[in-house]
Amino acid sequence: MSNKIQHFAAKLAQAEATRVGIDPITSTNPDITVNEAYHIQLENIKKKVKEGRKIVGKKIGLTSVAVQKLLGVNEPDYGHLLDTMVIENGGNISCETMIQPKVEGEIAFILKHDLKGPNVTVLDVLQATDYVVPALEIVDSRIQDWKIKLQDTVADNASSGFYVLGGKPTKITDINLELMGMALYQNGEVVNTGVGAAALGNPALCVAWLANRLADYDIPLKAGEVILSGALSGMVVAKPGDTFTARFAHLGQVSVNFK
Amino acid sequence: MAVEVFKDIADYLVAAEVEKREVVKVTNTMKPDLTVEEAYQVQELIVQRKVDEGHRIIGPKMGLTSKAKWDQMGVSEPIYGYVFDYMLVNDGGVLPFSDLIHPKVEAEIAFLIGEDIEGPGITGAQVLAKTQYVLPALEIIDSRYENFNFTLADVVADNASTSRVVFGNALRKPSEFELELIGATLSINGQIKELGAGAAVLGHPANAIAVLANMLARKGEKIKKGDIILSGALTSAVMLSIGDFVSGKFDGLGEVTFSVGE
Repeated sequence: MSNKIQHFAAKLAQAEATRVGIDPITSTNPDITVNEAYHIQLENIKKKVKEGRKIVGKKIGLTSVAVQKLLGVNEPDYGHLLDTMVIENGGNISCETMIQPKVEGEIAFILKHDLKGPNVTVLDVLQATDYVVPALEIVDSRIQDWKIKLQDTVADNASSGFYVLGGKPTKITDINLELMGMALYQNGEVVNTGVGAAALGNPALCVAWLANRLADYDIPLKAGEVILSGALSGMVVAKPGDTFTARFAHLGQVSVNFK
Repeated sequence: MAVEVFKDIADYLVAAEVEKREVVKVTNTMKPDLTVEEAYQVQELIVQRKVDEGHRIIGPKMGLTSKAKWDQMGVSEPIYGYVFDYMLVNDGGVLPFSDLIHPKVEAEIAFLIGEDIEGPGITGAQVLAKTQYVLPALEIIDSRYENFNFTLADVVADNASTSRVVFGNALRKPSEFELELIGATLSINGQIKELGAGAAVLGHPANAIAVLANMLARKGEKIKKGDIILSGALTSAVMLSIGDFVSGKFDGLGEVTFSVGE
């Protein structure tokens, strides 16, 4: 098993380095389990940490019923956020550094206390949250043409690319997360809208899920970490010259440019 | 001559509504070359007939207010129709399914207009200045056409599929909100079916009312003080069935509910 994990970890690392997508792991290895896929992800994260990168948070993916149906799954997935994935609000991303980028608007949680599963509830998440801010996540897939199944995206660090935090830090007690509206703009035009409830009914529920899921690997969510809680609307393909802005009720806005 | 045809079409569509049965679209064989302008003339005949029968106009409603629907229909302008008093269902009330053909529900923000708004050249900001209150609403659309299968001209003639409306009872000042960022969820029996934010309506719900003022100006008409106008759907439409409990929740505006009876 460890051989297989190292093999696919190396292939994904190479795809990221060369920016050439690989065939889905599930097409050559249909029996691969979700657990094995997480070990592939962890293998690459450990390697990057050894090379000096720092884990700054986690991201939750596959949080909408529509996306879960599309992939035939009934739970979200997660990936690791590294210091090298951070883009300043209003900053630039070179499309040459990515394979096939797409953009999503999300709510980011910043924790003030550690959260360790199992048995973490939404109320635990609300109490452990320092503040929330608007975020743009720029996802990318090291699998050719985004032909992903659950195991493919899990192994590929949940298709993480970059992320941008913006707006103003807002206490969670001041807002209704479920009904908080978001509008995503591409070059000034609304491309889609969403509300907090798009992420499993409530973004805080996604964070609770993550804390509990990470307990399987004995990993806590740590104070100060950034948690991207899941997309509030559909992914939009980005191309050079695009500017994306997400505006959130109560939280402000966040934007990024593609070069 | 043409007027006779329009009367026939109006008869055809009113009969479908009254008899609660779906009909073949007008552009199929009845009048394949019906233009959108002519379709509004048919709509006017239907509206006038309802007024003559003693029904009261509550206000216009906007349809096709999202880019997605424009692409789907191949159009670049929204449409409007009229809501009448007999179409209102109380918040928390019951909608008898047998009164309708194949109803769908959408979540919308309604505008209660405080001063006349006369186009052309009206913008969203002017609409907001002349809006007394905003309120949450659930619109029940019920095309009289088979399978909701219609062209732009068909749906305009059919009073923009207008059928029933449930208004929420909480009136709020529009200045309290960024209406484009108000989130809404549409749930059936406790399960969220659709969701969206105000920007889904032409970037801002007030923009849809501005477009209405400018469209009405072409005919020398205006938005009137006291009109309650449905500005367009924040969510996609959801099919209704007997036994459904429908809830629309709007950030800051509250909740609107109804049940679907037999």
